[in-house]
Amino acid sequence: MTTPTPPSSLPEDSLENAIELKDVEGLSQGQIVLRKFVRHRGAIAGVTALILIVLLAFTSIGYGPIPGWWKWDPNSPNDVINPGGRPTLGLPGWLGGDGLAFGDAPFGQDEIGRDIFARTMLGVQTSLQVMIVIGLVAGLVGIVVGAAAGFYRGWVDQALMRFTDLVITFPIIVVGAVLGKLAGAGGVYILALVLGLITWTGLARLVRGDFLSLREREFVDAARVAGASNFRIIRKHMIPNAIGVIIVNTTLLMAAAVLLEAALSFLGFGVRAPDVSLGLMISQYQSAFSTRPWLFWWPGFFIIVIALSINFIGDGIRDAFDPRQKKVPSQREMERALRTSARPADRDA
Amino acid sequence: MIMFFVRRLLTSSLVVLVSTLIMYVLVDLAIDPLEDLRLSTAPNKEQLIESRIALLNLDDPVMVRYLDWLAGVGQCFTGSCNLGTNWQTGQPVTSLLQGAVVTTLQLITAATFLAIVLGVGVGVISALRQYTGFDYSITFVSFLLYSLPVFWVAVLLKQFGAIGFNNFLADPSIPLWMYVGSVLLIGSAVMAATGGPAAQRVKTFAIAGGATLAALLYIDLTGWLVDPSLTIVGVGLLSVATALAVTTLSTGLRDRPALYSSLTVAGLGIALYYPMLYVWFYVDESWLLMFGLALLTVVVAIGIGFAWGGPDRWRSARTAVITALLVASYLFVEQLMLNWERYTNDGLIRGRPIATFGRTTPNFDGGFWLNTLDLLSHLVLPTLTLILISFAAYTRYTRASTLEVLNQDYIRTARAKGLTERTVIMRHAFRNALIPLASIVPVDIITLIGGAVLTETIFSWFGMGKLFVDSLGNNIIDPVMAYLLIVAVLAVIANFVADLMYAVLDPRIRVNA
Repeated sequence: MTTPTPPSSLPEDSLENAIELKDVEGLSQGQIVLRKFVRHRGAIAGVTALILIVLLAFTSIGYGPIPGWWKWDPNSPNDVINPGGRPTLGLPGWLGGDGLAFGDAPFGQDEIGRDIFARTMLGVQTSLQVMIVIGLVAGLVGIVVGAAAGFYRGWVDQALMRFTDLVITFPIIVVGAVLGKLAGAGGVYILALVLGLITWTGLARLVRGDFLSLREREFVDAARVAGASNFRIIRKHMIPNAIGVIIVNTTLLMAAAVLLEAALSFLGFGVRAPDVSLGLMISQYQSAFSTRPWLFWWPGFFIIVIALSINFIGDGIRDAFDPRQKKVPSQREMERALRTSARPADRDA
Repeated sequence: MIMFFVRRLLTSSLVVLVSTLIMYVLVDLAIDPLEDLRLSTAPNKEQLIESRIALLNLDDPVMVRYLDWLAGVGQCFTGSCNLGTNWQTGQPVTSLLQGAVVTTLQLITAATFLAIVLGVGVGVISALRQYTGFDYSITFVSFLLYSLPVFWVAVLLKQFGAIGFNNFLADPSIPLWMYVGSVLLIGSAVMAATGGPAAQRVKTFAIAGGATLAALLYIDLTGWLVDPSLTIVGVGLLSVATALAVTTLSTGLRDRPALYSSLTVAGLGIALYYPMLYVWFYVDESWLLMFGLALLTVVVAIGIGFAWGGPDRWRSARTAVITALLVASYLFVEQLMLNWERYTNDGLIRGRPIATFGRTTPNFDGGFWLNTLDLLSHLVLPTLTLILISFAAYTRYTRASTLEVLNQDYIRTARAKGLTERTVIMRHAFRNALIPLASIVPVDIITLIGGAVLTETIFSWFGMGKLFVDSLGNNIIDPVMAYLLIVAVLAVIANFVADLMYAVLDPRIRVNA
C-alpha cells in the first residue's frame, strides 16, 4: 500500500519545473533577472574584472586635471630605468622570476622613456570613454529608429528600414575609416559620437522586430483604449517589455565598439596623437615587437580583457532575461526535488 | 518569381546608387587632396594649389563631381569602365583593381571555406555535448576570439607563427614541453569531443594521446619538417580512415554498397600513388589541369558508386565522390610535400619558408609546385587571421541553431521511429540546422571583406582593402570610391543570395513578388 511512487515514473520535465518554480517563488520579474544574472559565473567575473580595470585606470593616473597616485605622466619622457626600457615587473619565484617586484616602471618604457603603464592606463580610459559614448549614441538611435519603425509600420517602417539597409551596405570598419578620417582630428568624443551613428543598425532591427510583435499584444490595446498617447504607449508599455533585447544588444555592441575604435586607431583613422588609445599604441609599437615586446603586450591584453568582460556580461544579461534559459539542475537538486514531490503522493496513498 | 527578381534588382540598384552618393559626399569631406601642398614651403605654392584644383575639378560642387564619376561607372554597361584615376601616379583605377580584386578573392576564399567547415563542425559537436566541459571550453574560446583585436593577433602570428617557426626549422628538434603539451591537449580535446562513459573516455584519451605522441616522434626523428612526405603508407592510412569516416557520416557503415564504393575509391587512390609521382615528368601542370583532374575524379567516383549500386545508388555515389576528392587532395598535398625541401632551399627563400608579408616572393618562379607552395606559405598567416574572425561566429550560430532543431518534435519522432542516432543527427537535425546558416554566410562574407582591410594592411597584401586604406590615407578619392562601389554591389548580391537560399532551403518561406 505504502510503496512510494517509483522515481522513474515522474517525468524529468516536471521535476525541473518544480525546481525552477521553487527557485523563483514570490519574486518580481526584476528580482528573477537579477538573481539569474548574479548566478552567471562568467558575467560576475566580467563585472569584477571591468570594475577593477575602471578603478585602476581612473585612480592611477587620475582623470583630466585630477591627479592620481601613479608617479609618472603618460606623455612626458623620463630617464630610462632599465636598459632599453625593460619592464621592472619581477615575477615571483615560483613563476621563474627573481621574486615579486613592481619597481618604478612595471610595464616598461618606450624608446624615449615614457612610462608604458601610464600610457596604457590612458589608453584604457580612452577605450572606456569611447565605448560608453558609442553605447549611448548607438543605443539611443537604435531604440528610436527601431521603435518608430516597429510601432508605426507602413511607410515610416519602409523608409527607416531601407535607410538601415543603406547603412549596413558597407562593412562597419570601412565606413568607420571614412568617418574616422573625417572626425578623428576632432578628438576622442567626436570620434565616438560619429562611430555611434553607424553602429546602431543591428539594435534597430532587433527592436523593430520586438515592437512588431509587441504592438499586437492585448496590453497595448488596453493602453490605447484607456486613451494613452502613442508616445506614452511606446515609453511606458513597449520599451519596458523590449528592455531585455535592448540591454543585451547594447552591451554586445559596446564590446564590438572597443575593438572597432582600436582597429581604426591602428589603421590611422581613429584617435590621433597626442591622444593615446590602445589601438594607436599597438600601431605605433608594432615594428618594435622583436626588440621591445612589452610595448606591445599590455595594450593588447587590456583590449582583450575589456572586450571579453563586456561580452561575458552581455551573455549573462541575455541568459538572465531569457525565460527559456533554464539552469540545468544538478543531480543532487534533482534528487532533492524528487523527494519533496514524492512526499505528497505518499500521503495520498 | 520574375516580379521578385525585377523588384529586387530595382531596389538594389537604388540602394547602390544612394549609398555611393552618400559615401562620395562623406569621402569628399574626409579627404583633403591639398593636404601636402598646404604644408609645402614651395615658392609657387599658390600656383601649385591652383593647378591641383583645376586637375581635380575641386571648384565644382561635390554633386557635379559625383555625377561625373557616376557617368564613368555607367560606361561599365557598355564594356569600358572608367572608375577614374589615381591622380598621384596617373594610373587608371581599373588597372589598379585588376590585381587587387584577385588578391582579395584569394585571401577570402580559403578563409571563408575553412572557417565554415571548422566552425560548423565544432558548433554541431558543441551543441551535441551541451553543458559539458567541451561545450563550456568552446563557448569560452569563441568569446575570446570575439574579443581579440585582429591586428594584435596578426602581429603575434607574424612573430611566433612565421619568425619563430622559421628559426625553429633551422634546428627542428621538438622540445619536451611541446610533446607533453600536444599529447595532453589533443588527447583531452578528442576525449571531450567524443564523450561517453568514464572507461571509454580514458580509452579515447589514451588512443588520441598515443597517436599524437607517435606522430610527433616520427616527425622529430625523421626530420620530417625539413623534408616532409606522407609516403604511400601515410596516404594509404589516411585514405582508408577517410573512407570509413566519410561513410560513417554520410550513410553509416551498415550501408555496405556505400562502404565498399568508398573503400574502392580509397584503394584506387593508393594504387595511383606511384603513377601520379611520375606523371608530372611528362605532363605540364596548370590549375586548369588540376581542375580537370578533380572533375575526372568526381566522374570516376560516381561510376564506382553506381557500379556497387545498392538500394539507392546515389547514396553510394555521393559517399564515393566525397572520399575521392579527399583522397585526391592527399595526393596533391603529397606532391607539394615532396617539393618542400626544394622550395625551402631555394636561393630566394633561404630556409625561411613562412612569409610575413606580400602575396608571393618577388621574382620567384620555380614551376607549378614551387609556385603553389610559395602562394600557400604566404597565405597561411593571413588566412589564419581571417579564420579567427569568422570561426567564433559560425560556431555560435551553428550551436544555437542545432540546439533549436534538436528540441523540435520531428527529432523526437525520428528517435521514436528507432532511427540510429547518426541518421537522426546527420539527416534530420544537421540539414535543418544549416538553414539559418545559409542566410548568414553570404552576409558574413561582407564582414570578412571588412576584416580583409586589416589583414591586408598588416600582411602587405596589395588587395582591395589595402588599396582602400592607402588611397584614403593619401587623399585619393577615385580608388576609394571604386572599392566602396564594389563592396556595395557585393553586399547587395550577398543579401539577395541569402534571401534566395533561405527561400529555396526552407519551404515555409515564400518569396512574395
